[in-house]
Amino acid sequence: MTQKSDDGSSSAPEIKELEQIGRRSDTRDVLNHATHQAIAQYEDYFIVDIDAHVSEDQFWGEVLELIDNDVWKHIGLDQFGSFGGGNALLNLAPGLSQQSVGGRIGHQGRREPVEGVAGHPFVTAARRGMDALGLDYQVVFPSAMLVLGMHPQDEVEVVLARAFNRWLTEVVLPQDDRLKGLLYLPFNTPEVCEELVEKYKDDDNIIGFTVCSTRNNPVHSDVYSKLYSMIEATDKPLAFHSGYHWGDPSFAQLNRFLSMHALSFTHYNQIHVTNWIINAMPERFPKIKMLWVESGLAWIPFLAQRLDHEVLMRPSEAPGLTKLPSEYMREMWYTTQPMERTDLGMLEATMKFFNAETQLLYSSDWPHWDWDAPSTISNLPFLSEQAKRNILGLNAAKLFNLDATRKRPPAQQTLDERPGVS
Amino acid sequence: MAAQNIKPLRDVVIGKYDQLRTRERVVLDIDGKEVGVYFEGDEVRAWLNVCPHGGGPVCQGKIMPRTVHNFLPGGKSGGLGHHESERNIVCPWHGYEFGILSGEHPIKSDVKLIAVPVRISDGDVILSV
Repeated sequence: MTQKSDDGSSSAPEIKELEQIGRRSDTRDVLNHATHQAIAQYEDYFIVDIDAHVSEDQFWGEVLELIDNDVWKHIGLDQFGSFGGGNALLNLAPGLSQQSVGGRIGHQGRREPVEGVAGHPFVTAARRGMDALGLDYQVVFPSAMLVLGMHPQDEVEVVLARAFNRWLTEVVLPQDDRLKGLLYLPFNTPEVCEELVEKYKDDDNIIGFTVCSTRNNPVHSDVYSKLYSMIEATDKPLAFHSGYHWGDPSFAQLNRFLSMHALSFTHYNQIHVTNWIINAMPERFPKIKMLWVESGLAWIPFLAQRLDHEVLMRPSEAPGLTKLPSEYMREMWYTTQPMERTDLGMLEATMKFFNAETQLLYSSDWPHWDWDAPSTISNLPFLSEQAKRNILGLNAAKLFNLDATRKRPPAQQTLDERPGVS
Repeated sequence: MAAQNIKPLRDVVIGKYDQLRTRERVVLDIDGKEVGVYFEGDEVRAWLNVCPHGGGPVCQGKIMPRTVHNFLPGGKSGGLGHHESERNIVCPWHGYEFGILSGEHPIKSDVKLIAVPVRISDGDVILSV
């Protein structure tokens, strides 16, 4: 390629060609622009990403090997080696997994080369993402298990929960202090949730517990009372991570992935928050720290207003409450992604409504298709400097009791090591 | 902003038109300024490699046919199809799409790419960056 300047005065420009980004591109190349954003906007911030996924399906065989039941281990490995692959034992419907928009978005289900790098390839990929995005900590969560609550076989959820939690705590998290985990709770089987909380409650790398919201369990049921008491005693948060399920009869009416995805990620957390509040769970478990993950923000004022409106008319149906649902909701925590931002006036009002400055935690959801960079917060014109710092990391440090000193390398160092060609 | 901070544009020859047009698209980093150059029929366009949505490397994604919803008489749906000629630039970060020639989002036209001046002169493709 010709490389010369026509201005006749200065030296010839330095020109390099940038390659197309695809599924096998290095994470640091894909996120090169985000690294530049880090330098320009938030290099001195402390940043925590509460929800990221990497791509554990590549290592699903390692999880299956840790299943503690001989029969399910055999079935899982048999499927893994034949038609099931990374979906072995799971209730995902690969033909309905249209996240990539026909291959337009290549980073979900990434397969980047990590050969020659010491350590587990999952950790290598995660570290590249953390460095490129400018994260001090990242909480990794299993994508493949997000709809496991809808699995018709509770015992499969149990054996996969035990195996995944072992893989997370024994293989992944010990390799990088910047990676943290939320323990997967097989919520269809409460007594196993209790067993797992007891087993992992003192693991420093497990900073909280997660229920995948895509399920039909009433969260106010007394079968969970002991579990909530145990979690409350740990002082670690309980997160409900939302998801989708096209098989839900209501969503089966929707003929596009975007329609189903837009509604379902808010649907499940709306149901669980409603049950949680109307059944006075904040009064019955006043110290439990509730975090609602991956529903965006627009649903929060919607639901709060709906519940306030009806509770005032029908107090006899929510007699355990001592204040309005919106007031309880302002005492909970929420994560940012996928943050609706096509109308900044509405977003500003939403954040003001639930005191985002203290209650909101940044989450990337990287590498899923609708991920958010930290710049989605640092770019907001109406937030104060302190509010940005709180949302991007300090609120998480407080909620999860994290050491809020810088852990990541300088963004410029990341660029120097991988200048971004792909 | 002070006027002295604005760098004047300078012309940069990036190659021969006859050679580059066979490439369909090239994305270049020219002294830190990233530009995607597209060759569509006899037309040439250059767009800044920065997505108006989130700042992603918009020109480094796929080029896809524009998807259309075919409408049939009587208000019936004819289903989805690919436009026979129009193609879109797709941002690899989140899938935002923009017409190669217009630089506009197919649904909201005021969401658009930033044009970089480009011309053909004496067989050379010249960008003003």
